[in-house]
Order: sequence, then structure tokens, then C-alpha cells
Amino acid sequence: MLARAAESLFWLARYMERMDNLARLIEAAQSMAGVLSETEEWRSALTAAGVDELYDATYDIVTPESAALFLCNSPTNPSAIVSCLDKARINARAMRGALTRDMWEAVNQGWLESRQLTSEAFSPARLPDTLDWVRTISTRFSGAYQTTMLRNENYWFTRLGTFLERADNTARILDVKYHLLLPEASSGVGGMLDYYQWTSVLRAVSAVRAYQWVYREEVKPWNVAELLLLRQEMPRSLRACYDAITQCLDEIAAVHGGKRGECHRLAGAIASQLRYGRIGDIFQSGLHEHLTQQIERAAELGDQIAAYYMR
Amino acid sequence: MRQFFDDMHGLDGDIRAAYAEIATWLAETPPHTLSAKREEAERLFRRIGITFAVYTEGGDTERLIPFDIIPRVLDAEEWAFLERGLKQRVNALNLFLADVYGAREIVRAGKLTNAHIDSHPAYCAHVQGVTPPGGVYTHIAGIDLVRTGVNDFYVLEDNCRTPSGVSYMLENRSVMMRLFPDLFARIGVEPVARYPQDLLRTLRSVAPAGDEEPCVVVLTPGQFNSAYYEHSFLADEMGVELVEGIDLVVRDKKVFMRTTGGLKRVHVIYRRIDDDFLDPMVFRPDSVLGAFGLMEAYRAGNIALANAPGAGIADDKAIYMHVPEMIRFYLGEEPILNNVPTWDCANEGALAYVLDHLEELVVKETRGSGGYGMLVGPHSTKKTRDAFAKKLRQTPSAYVAQPTLALSTCPTFVADGAAPRHVDLRPFVLSGADGVRIVPGGLTRVALTEGSLVVNSSQGGGTKDTWVLHTRQNGGK
Repeated sequence: MLARAAESLFWLARYMERMDNLARLIEAAQSMAGVLSETEEWRSALTAAGVDELYDATYDIVTPESAALFLCNSPTNPSAIVSCLDKARINARAMRGALTRDMWEAVNQGWLESRQLTSEAFSPARLPDTLDWVRTISTRFSGAYQTTMLRNENYWFTRLGTFLERADNTARILDVKYHLLLPEASSGVGGMLDYYQWTSVLRAVSAVRAYQWVYREEVKPWNVAELLLLRQEMPRSLRACYDAITQCLDEIAAVHGGKRGECHRLAGAIASQLRYGRIGDIFQSGLHEHLTQQIERAAELGDQIAAYYMR
Repeated sequence: MRQFFDDMHGLDGDIRAAYAEIATWLAETPPHTLSAKREEAERLFRRIGITFAVYTEGGDTERLIPFDIIPRVLDAEEWAFLERGLKQRVNALNLFLADVYGAREIVRAGKLTNAHIDSHPAYCAHVQGVTPPGGVYTHIAGIDLVRTGVNDFYVLEDNCRTPSGVSYMLENRSVMMRLFPDLFARIGVEPVARYPQDLLRTLRSVAPAGDEEPCVVVLTPGQFNSAYYEHSFLADEMGVELVEGIDLVVRDKKVFMRTTGGLKRVHVIYRRIDDDFLDPMVFRPDSVLGAFGLMEAYRAGNIALANAPGAGIADDKAIYMHVPEMIRFYLGEEPILNNVPTWDCANEGALAYVLDHLEELVVKETRGSGGYGMLVGPHSTKKTRDAFAKKLRQTPSAYVAQPTLALSTCPTFVADGAAPRHVDLRPFVLSGADGVRIVPGGLTRVALTEGSLVVNSSQGGGTKDTWVLHTRQNGGK
């Protein structure tokens, strides 16, 4: 396939996934803000989205209204939900023929609808509906590509984009909230407040129910970290993401007669670390250090994939 | 008697046989149902993203071409006649191009002069003496036809470079089939869906000889081009890559595209960029739309370009008037399709006549397209005519004039129901090394403004689905 097509599909999927993650993050911030410190909750959402500095350049203080608007639709935030959708569509349109009609319609329909949004749509009262709408678009998109794409390179590059973006997002969310997970930082273990804080991490990745099904016990910090890092059955965990990433890269390598490069080595190294890692060891050597490394390696892997396949 | 021939009512007002079912359907269907269907059609087009960029200041760059839900119908006999005429005409145009870039028999026969050809802006000196793979120059031709009477069809214009609109032909049909499945059940309509396969077969037939399976690509200027939707649509329908200039490289006079697995050889390029942009080494040095060295590869016979560079010389409005003569000269046949009488303003006598009769003529720029810069005499004011006369006197050779044809009308759904609007028809003619193919139908364009004769989408025209009826519809009626 065309190198440029691979790049467009990869980024299309990344922007759609980023938009979806943002919607979950904002939703969690909004629902937790009533329980915890409003400012702190929105501040951590901005940090997890990687736009806290940009935000401070535009606003003096953090309010739920301005933070939500900034994350959803702001000319000064290139990673806002609406901008993600714009960029997704530009990538989709650039390679219109590499998309199935269902995929295109999912993106284009969402984009057309986004043209109709007014700032009212991002007000606290209407925000939940708007975020539902965002998730409907991304779900429609992933459904469309899962069910309609041929299992060829187009598909594997699209899927690669989805999972690399998701791995990066999950690592960021955990990192922002990591101090909540450290036992010594959480005074009064078992208190109502802690319960909410840990739950807020789970909410941001839509994993509250999943936690219950996997652990069947009260929310505990190491369980939360394990769920999001190492559990294979958790679809947003880093482990699940890297299993998918290595599969995609293997499939792509197979198309090219087994030829492999640095991106394959790096993905394999990260995946096996997650596959054989133990949560106790990770806590011992430092969760924050571990997550920082994960975020850096995800960026490095993106560069290596581009260098090997997209030039 | 009507002033114009109407496709449905003829001149006398009786429903013509081809439209019998359509007339019943229109009579049976309440206007609000048609209204609702039209809105549904518009939603479908928007969702699919069939948009067209219109170059005006400020406005929306992605606009829909209005679609009319009442189909334009041709019966089997009419189509058979048009098909014969189109094949003949396009064969002659291809022979003309081979002659222009080859032996120049037509000059020796005294029909055209070398100067006439060599000084033509669309003439491409770089390919003089080069025989393209398969000997075909205009692989995809769009021939614009108008009707003025029951048996009177005229060719208004030949488009031999990169005619567009075929995606509308295909999408219009698929939308109509979705909106009115019952009509298709009642009326036997020839399918058009095989066009992309025909196109691919045509393109593969002109691939340079070799052992490899020929690799065909579509070359687009990119997503901001007005016809980008069509480029991606055709690539997708054919199952071939849609490339941009940056995806192509030329090595050892062979063309390759950059893929995830390295460089891959390309054999046929269906290019949707103009000659000038094909190769910065030969043409415009500032162009980034083509590929450096492409023309060298072409001259070496390693790549087929559809349509061939220089094919534009055959569709110029000043060359147009010679096409009937070409048909006689190259094929030894009488032209089946009429040409519109044309005055070449470069000729002094013609210019004088045109200036005297501006009120009744249509004057067009020979190099113009898209309905820009033309004067429709009967619809003009004295002021615009005077201004136009001034331009004419300044550069007479830039203009040709034709009588204002009484373009046929076709019932069209407007605010107050079905009303006659003027239409034309652009069928798409495919020429490969293995012969000529035409899918039954084409793009019908309709001037939506009452009385208007300008059907171009850039001037507010719309489109209709074009139905060619089966030979024996409904079991031999």
C-alpha cells in the first residue's frame, strides 16, 4: 500500500481514539468534580490531556465551564475534541479510497454534525449529551472499520493507530492520578474520599464495572494499577494495547515477506515487559517512573513506525 | 406547439412512449412525497460526501451539486443511435491525435496547416513522434450532447483531456435506486455500474508490454481539488491506489510509487491533473502535483498516461468545427452526430457576421471551460453585448460563436411541482487498445433556473439520473 495511505489511516485512527479518550476523561472530571475538589479534578483532566500549559496561556483560573470548553472546542487547543475530529476527517479525506464507505460515513457524518454545534453544547448542562454524541461517533467509526475493512495492510495500520493512541492515553491518565494510588499518599485508607478518588481513575477509562468483574473486592490502588497496566482482559490496559500493537506489526511484516525493523523490536520489548511484569515490582521501582517511560516509549514507537513504513 | 422540444412531451404535448411510466408515477405521487424524497437525496449526497468545490470568493468550498429526482429517459433506439455516433466520433478524434503527433496526413491533405497545429496552446511538442502504448490518446472522452428535436442531437463540445462528472452518473443512479426501488422494478433500465470495471479494463489494455501484472493508479492533485471526490471514488471503485505527485518517483525512466514495502513499479497513470503540471522537468517548474522525470519515462514507453499529454488539441473549440471533416478524412464515413455550425472569429468575415448577430448567438472563449466567460445572446442586455463586442474586437481569435440552440427540456422538480428545464447529456466514451466501450447513459446536466440554457455546475446547474431503457422493456411492449 501507499506509504502516505498508511500514514493517513494511522493518524485517522489515532485522532478518533484521542477524541474518544478525551470524552471519557471529561466525563469523569465532570462527574467527580461534585465530590472532590472541582479545580483539582479539572486541572488533572487538563494535565492528562497534555494541554494544561496551553490552558494556562488562555485562562487565569480553572473553572468547570472554561476547562470543559477548552477540552472540547477551542481555537487555542489543537487537541480539543472538535479539532481531533477535523484532523481525523482531513486524514480520511486525503485517503478517501483507502477507507470503506462505512468508515468514511462515520467520520464525515460526525464531522458534519460537529459543524452544527454551538458553544451551548459544551455548557455543563448539555455536556453529558454532547460527550455521548462524541462516543457514538468513535464507536461508529471503530465498528465500521472492524466490520467492513479487508484484513489487509489498511486494516492493520488503522488498528495500530487505535491501540498506540490508547496505550498512550491510558498511561497518561494513570500517571496524572498516580499520586492517588500511592499508599502513603492516601491518608485514611478505606475512607470514602479514597474510594471516590480511585474510582475516578477507573471512570476515566470506563473501567468501574470491569474492576468489579475482575477483582470482586473493594477498590484498591495496586489492583487499579494492575488492571490498567497488566491485565490482558482489560481492553484499555497497556498490556492489551501492546498485544494488539505487536499483532498488527506482525501482520504487516508478514505482508512484506517477514521483513522487520526497529519498530518491531521495540514493540516486542514493551509487550513482553508488560506480559511478564508484576505490579509489586512496578510499585517498588516507582509507578511514576514506569509510566513516564511508557509514555516516552509510545512516542518512540510512533516515530519508528513512521520511519520504517511511512516515508 | 411548444417552443422547445420536451423529452417527455415532445413538441405536441403528448407523452412520449419512453416516459409513459414516469408520467404515471409523477401523476400518482403527491408533491410532498417528492419533496421528502428530494430532501432524502440531499442528505444521502452529503453523507457520502459527493461535493464539488466552486471557485467563488469566501463561500463554502465543499458544495453539493443540486440533484433532481426526475430521471431523464432515452429509449433503446435513441441510445443505439447515439452510441454509434459517439464511437465514430471518438475513433476519429483518436486518429486525429495519432496523426497530429505522427505523420500529419491531415496537413498534407490540406485540411489544417502545420502552423495551426504547432501554435496551438494544447499542442504538446514533447510528445511529437511518440506513439503512446496501445496507440490511444484520449482514453476517456466526455462528449457533450444536446437535443433539439425528436431525431436531432448535436455535439456541443468534445472533452478529451480529463473530463469529469462520471462519479455523478454512478452516484445519481445508486441514490435513485435507493429512493425509488419500485420504479426500477416497473421500468427496465440499463445498468451503469460496470463503468469502473470498464475503465480499469481500458486502462490495463494500454499498459506497456511486459511480464508484470500492470499496476494502474489514479493521480490526483489532492483533496482540495474541485473533483477530488471523483478521483477517490474512481480509484476505490477500480480497487487501485489514489496517488499524489509526492507518492511517485522516477528511476531509470521507470515510474514507481512509495509504498509501505518500498518502491513499487507503476505502469498506467489515470491522471486527473493538467498537462502543465505533469512533470516539473519539462512543463511548469513550480509544479509539485506531478513527478520529476515523468515525461522521460513516457517517451521511453515505460508508462501509459491517460489521457495522453497533448490530447487537448482535439477538444479545442476552434478545432471542434473540423471534426466532421476528420470523420470523413480518417474513417471515410459521413458523421452520424451533428456538429453545431460554428463561426471562428479569427476569420474576418465570420467576425463581422458575429458582431452583427450577437443578439442571437452564443459566443464562447475557445480556451474557456465551465461556462465561464461566455455570452448567451438572447439572454443578454445591450450593455453586456457592447462590452463583449469590445473584447471580441480586441482578441477575435480567442472566440467562436454558435447559433443559440433550442436545447430540449426535461420535467424537473421545482418549488411548484414538475416543470420543464433545459438539459444536456455527457456520455463517457472509453477507448482502449482493445476497442471502445460506452456504458448506456451519462451525466444529464440541467439548468435549474427557468429559461436558462447554461447547465454548468459552476453556474448553478444541477444533475439528473439518465435512464437508457432496455431494448424490450416489460417483455416486448
